[in-house]
Amino acid sequence: MSGHSVVQHFLTLRLLPALLVFSLAAERLAAEEVDVAGEQGASGLRVILLQDYNTRVVLFGATVLGLASGVTGSFTLLRKRALTGDALSHASLPGVGLAFLLAPAMGVSPKSLSVLLTGAAISGMIGAATILFIRRLPRLKEDAALGIVLSVFFGGGVAILTVVQRTAEGHAAGLDSFIYGQTAAMTSGDAFVIAVTGLLTIAVLLAARRPLTLLCFDEGFAACRGYSTFLLDLLLMACVVLITMIGLRAVGLILMIALLIIPAAAARFWTESLPRMIVIAALIGGCSGFTGALISALAPGYPSGPVIVLVCGLLFFLSFLGGTSRGVLIRSVRRRRLNDSIDREHLLRGIWELREGDACGVSEPPSPAAGAEELLKIRSWSVSLLSRQILRAAREGLVFQRSDGAVVLTDRGRIVAERLVQNHRLWELYLITHADVAAGRVDREADAIEHVLEPELIERLKKLLYSRSAAPGIPSSPHPLESATPVVSEKLDTAEGGA
Amino acid sequence: MSETAVPLSIRDLTVAWHRKPVIWDVEFDVSAGELVGIVGPNGAGKSTLLKSVMDLIPRVSGRIEIFGRPWKDQRQRVGYVPQRESVDWDFPVSVLDVVTMGLFGRIGWLRPVLKRHREAAQRALERVGMGEYADRQISQLSGGQQQRTFLARALVQEADLYLMDEPFAAVDAATEETIVEILREMRASGRTAIVIHHDLHTVPEYFDSVMMLNMRVVAQGKTEDVFTRENLERTYGGRLTLLEEATEAMRRQEKSL
Repeated sequence: MSGHSVVQHFLTLRLLPALLVFSLAAERLAAEEVDVAGEQGASGLRVILLQDYNTRVVLFGATVLGLASGVTGSFTLLRKRALTGDALSHASLPGVGLAFLLAPAMGVSPKSLSVLLTGAAISGMIGAATILFIRRLPRLKEDAALGIVLSVFFGGGVAILTVVQRTAEGHAAGLDSFIYGQTAAMTSGDAFVIAVTGLLTIAVLLAARRPLTLLCFDEGFAACRGYSTFLLDLLLMACVVLITMIGLRAVGLILMIALLIIPAAAARFWTESLPRMIVIAALIGGCSGFTGALISALAPGYPSGPVIVLVCGLLFFLSFLGGTSRGVLIRSVRRRRLNDSIDREHLLRGIWELREGDACGVSEPPSPAAGAEELLKIRSWSVSLLSRQILRAAREGLVFQRSDGAVVLTDRGRIVAERLVQNHRLWELYLITHADVAAGRVDREADAIEHVLEPELIERLKKLLYSRSAAPGIPSSPHPLESATPVVSEKLDTAEGGA
Repeated sequence: MSETAVPLSIRDLTVAWHRKPVIWDVEFDVSAGELVGIVGPNGAGKSTLLKSVMDLIPRVSGRIEIFGRPWKDQRQRVGYVPQRESVDWDFPVSVLDVVTMGLFGRIGWLRPVLKRHREAAQRALERVGMGEYADRQISQLSGGQQQRTFLARALVQEADLYLMDEPFAAVDAATEETIVEILREMRASGRTAIVIHHDLHTVPEYFDSVMMLNMRVVAQGKTEDVFTRENLERTYGGRLTLLEEATEAMRRQEKSL
């Protein structure tokens, strides 16, 4: 899945710089610590209790930013355009610098956030248009377009900012905070702009969720149903530009893309349903935004961007491990369960096949029973594995252990065993008659596949095979049982060799 | 009125991709209640033909009418079954969600998906033998089940003309039977289906008429008349035709500019 490579890209290219910036800031802060320690204790308490009006709005703004990024990111990730956001955020930097330089000439304050963000949005859009243009050129692919736009616009932005920094008021404006994000520099007015834009973006995306879902899943079908894929892509792109723009203050342009990808990628570990994925991504984003802004408020001087991204990364890691749908843990539990059930099926089938011959000619055959030694012979099981499987099967009421130690199938166990033997042999027969597999090998081949045969497939196997042989029910084994099975013969070979 | 007009009429259609012609001068009429197969080698422009009918790709020249009117007025009367490889089956939706997508045009942007919409989707799934799979995650489907899901999504639209892009490609026998059955039901109810097909053995059995395409129409008409060894050789002929050589030369020239 391409989502994975995108995630890898982040873990290396985005989280590491975030850590670096964070540790540099920590050092700087440690140097100043002596002066501010006393002050900090008192204000920290005020921050945690949310007594400051300003802290409250800033936290609210950062949270809405995270929510909106989660929603937007879910769609761009599924559209496989996740990295476009990275190019767009880098492309916004020249706009910030130019807006600052040009604002006085147009009679507006260069310090107003809306002015700077409008500049950012315009240059971001120009970046997006450039990507579309380069992609249309023959022999240049999307990755090249993204790389070119990202680096050239960012280079231009840094050059303009250097000029701005030389002027007195430019230096004071703190434009460089747009690169790494600084919630401390956020005023309540800024937070208001962020919250309104974020909520608006969420509303637009939710209203267009159906066409967007169709676009992400099946572009061709969306187009033939009369949706303009060009306009829908443009809408999605516009939302990315808006989110990036309001994210500049809190997260900064270098790390903004993390907030667009990580929550959505993390949400994928929790669910297989798109609406739920969007909600979870929004929650992860919102939680990261809140925590990041809180830490930044507690310790002014820490850039908030890296903190937000690190919280995001932590939540991603937790989702990767514990996600209830695709997490590593749940998958290993599922694999264990599958292996257990395969072993149990082998146990039942083994007991039944050992006693298969005995039932001949007896009108009321006894329940199939087998001793542990016999069972150990037919499978390459260890004693402990076998006894564990016997205990499990007994707990499920499929077998019970007689006083002489023999394992006996219960009525239910016998029904299950008969079905398993039938499936196994049907598949063996199929392999021999239809796939030209040698009779000596089919046991092993069937072993691997019989556990995943669906009822529908079994019905078709029956139809196919029973029309040839007269007797329905359980077909006899196409190969000699017990000692002739490959597993056992191999084991005997090695035993003889050892002796 | 549209009832007297043919389901699909193509006149003088030429489509080019980056100035390289993909199909030339296609003339094509389909009568109502017909099952039409389109056959031809890879790169013959079969998918391109279907896509240009739906205005998905720009055309150099040509006029296409669906029941006597242009595509944009008749969109609701056409159902499309794309190639199943064209989408990522790891998408977070269920089988029923995919089928419901066929109703999005009717449901609109904001109104909720109602019970009757879900029931219509469920009925379509039952028609293709996938009733029990409604809540299944699409990543867990086999190739044949994916194809049947796509078919159900088109069926739920209740269109009059169906365009299908290789529905029989790499599917199991049960799916093939189901699709054939659905096609025959369509014909019985007066609907029309145009199907891109790759398995030449089954063409006479499945289709009333056939179009043999290799960049231009090699032959078209009733299957028993045109589906001959001679026409097949002309369609799939091993050597490059002059036409192909000419296009290839144009492509090279375009690249060297």
